Amino acid sequence: MFTQTVDLAKTSVRTLNQRLHDLNAERDEERWRILNPRGAHAIACGLRVQVTVEIEGHAGYYCAGMNQKATVIVHGNVATGVAENMMSGIVHVNGNASQCAGATAHGGLLAVEGDASARCGISMKGIDIVVKGSVGHMSAFMAQTGNLVVCGDAGDAFGDSVYEARLFVRGRVNSLGTDCIEKEMRREHFEILETLLKRAGCDVHPEEFKRYGSARRLYHFQIDNASLY
Amino acid sequence: MCGIVGLFLKQSSLEPELGALFSEMLVCMSSRGPDSAGFAVYGTPAPAGKLKAILQHSNPDFDWSAIGVALEKQFRDKPSVEVNSTHARFLVKTDVQSIRSFLEANFPEVRIMSVGRRIEIMKETGLPESVVERFSLRKIAGSHAIGHTRMATESAVTTEGSHPFSTGVDLCLVHNGSLSNHNRLRRRLGREGIEFHTENDTEVAAGYFAWQLANGATLKEALEAGLEDLDGFYTFAVGTEDGFAVLRDPIACKPAVLAETDDYVAMASEYRSLANLPGIEGARLWEPEPAVVYNWSRTQRCEPAFRRDNRIGVTAWGVSGRQKSSQPDKILNPSSRV
Repeated sequence: MFTQTVDLAKTSVRTLNQRLHDLNAERDEERWRILNPRGAHAIACGLRVQVTVEIEGHAGYYCAGMNQKATVIVHGNVATGVAENMMSGIVHVNGNASQCAGATAHGGLLAVEGDASARCGISMKGIDIVVKGSVGHMSAFMAQTGNLVVCGDAGDAFGDSVYEARLFVRGRVNSLGTDCIEKEMRREHFEILETLLKRAGCDVHPEEFKRYGSARRLYHFQIDNASLY
Repeated sequence: MCGIVGLFLKQSSLEPELGALFSEMLVCMSSRGPDSAGFAVYGTPAPAGKLKAILQHSNPDFDWSAIGVALEKQFRDKPSVEVNSTHARFLVKTDVQSIRSFLEANFPEVRIMSVGRRIEIMKETGLPESVVERFSLRKIAGSHAIGHTRMATESAVTTEGSHPFSTGVDLCLVHNGSLSNHNRLRRRLGREGIEFHTENDTEVAAGYFAWQLANGATLKEALEAGLEDLDGFYTFAVGTEDGFAVLRDPIACKPAVLAETDDYVAMASEYRSLANLPGIEGARLWEPEPAVVYNWSRTQRCEPAFRRDNRIGVTAWGVSGRQKSSQPDKILNPSSRV
């Protein structure tokens, strides 16, 4: 099933990433298996072609950062900044994600089977993030575009200073951040949500979610809002 | 940056291996803190009526026998001395205040690293591996240890600016982060009679906790009071005579991962440091929540932490987003819309 196996107990992350970067044509059929990640940083960063990489264990910071086109599956937890600045492709975490999951990412799908901690989707710019568990405080801070779907609960200051990202939460929101409000779920939102839940393999109904987004009160400076900045 | 690690053994069977297991955890954090390293090991208790004092002198060839003679004359008891590189361990029949006053008056160039029944603090500048080698940490046995690898930001790279900082008898503190109100707090605590020897921010936190404890606070109360009084970001690990505690600031600026098995509780700035511990594959892994005190001790029953803080979902690395103690009004200060 796997076309390549790389054991990080024997091979450095730099060598692994270089080999992945050297792939210069789409490799739809290739499945790479990475053994013994042991929390190493920057595993499978900067991939640019269609290839599947499966990481057998816990990965460290910035796993699958800057991903384009590739599918990266982690059979474990990931530390800070998984799929940071992802452009396209799929990153699937079977465990939990630490803070800043999907930060600043422009596209692609990040699916987290467990929880994601603080600042999930911070400054997201077009990525779709589906978290099957809960997200920590300050998630979707300054989120610009894209969709964040949280099947569990959201921590404090959710969606603080959000721009135009769509935020969907199935459970409880501890508190909303500045300028973030609950919004009506219209037909297009149910459709978006249904598609995303299906893509992430989530067996819950779109009707169970609430939508949150920007009240757009901070877009233009108003002296009455000075204390909110 | 900086890296912190802690390893607390629940059973005595692993005690001979504490130094070896802990050394690997510490050295793994070299990339987070290559300037200096230090650790506190809780080893064999001093005999009844005696204190264990760890002293340091910058000269590795310093003649410690003169101090032994002076201590014997002062306290009428021949202390036992064991030299370990720049540090020396004395077992002395006296009390904490007497030995401190005596050493400060007569040997001002000697630094007191720690005083207590079990604690032994050793720290030096240099790469963590060299510090581990210098003190033969791999061979040291004990029940628990906390350690630090330093990347200095707030004060100079010196032995006395390294961590852990002693916070009192058998107590010590390591810190990843930086405090912004340490100058004002240093002056305030100075007026309360707490002495400081460096410009270091963590020394102020250590002094603050020592002051809280001296005023009757429990360790948990002292740490919780710190949430109000210490401004900045931090993950703290505190070593006590029979356990250790972990606290992150209310917005969790600095990383921390905890792992618990039937044999141990381990914490580290990053999972990498835990990856080689025995049985880590089956350990419960999670990120400590912001502003929540986690503590373990051998004398109290070790409740699993996820049950202690009574939150759903805190069973692994990620947190659940139910931080009742974070304070949105206080932390929300979006300085600009970029």
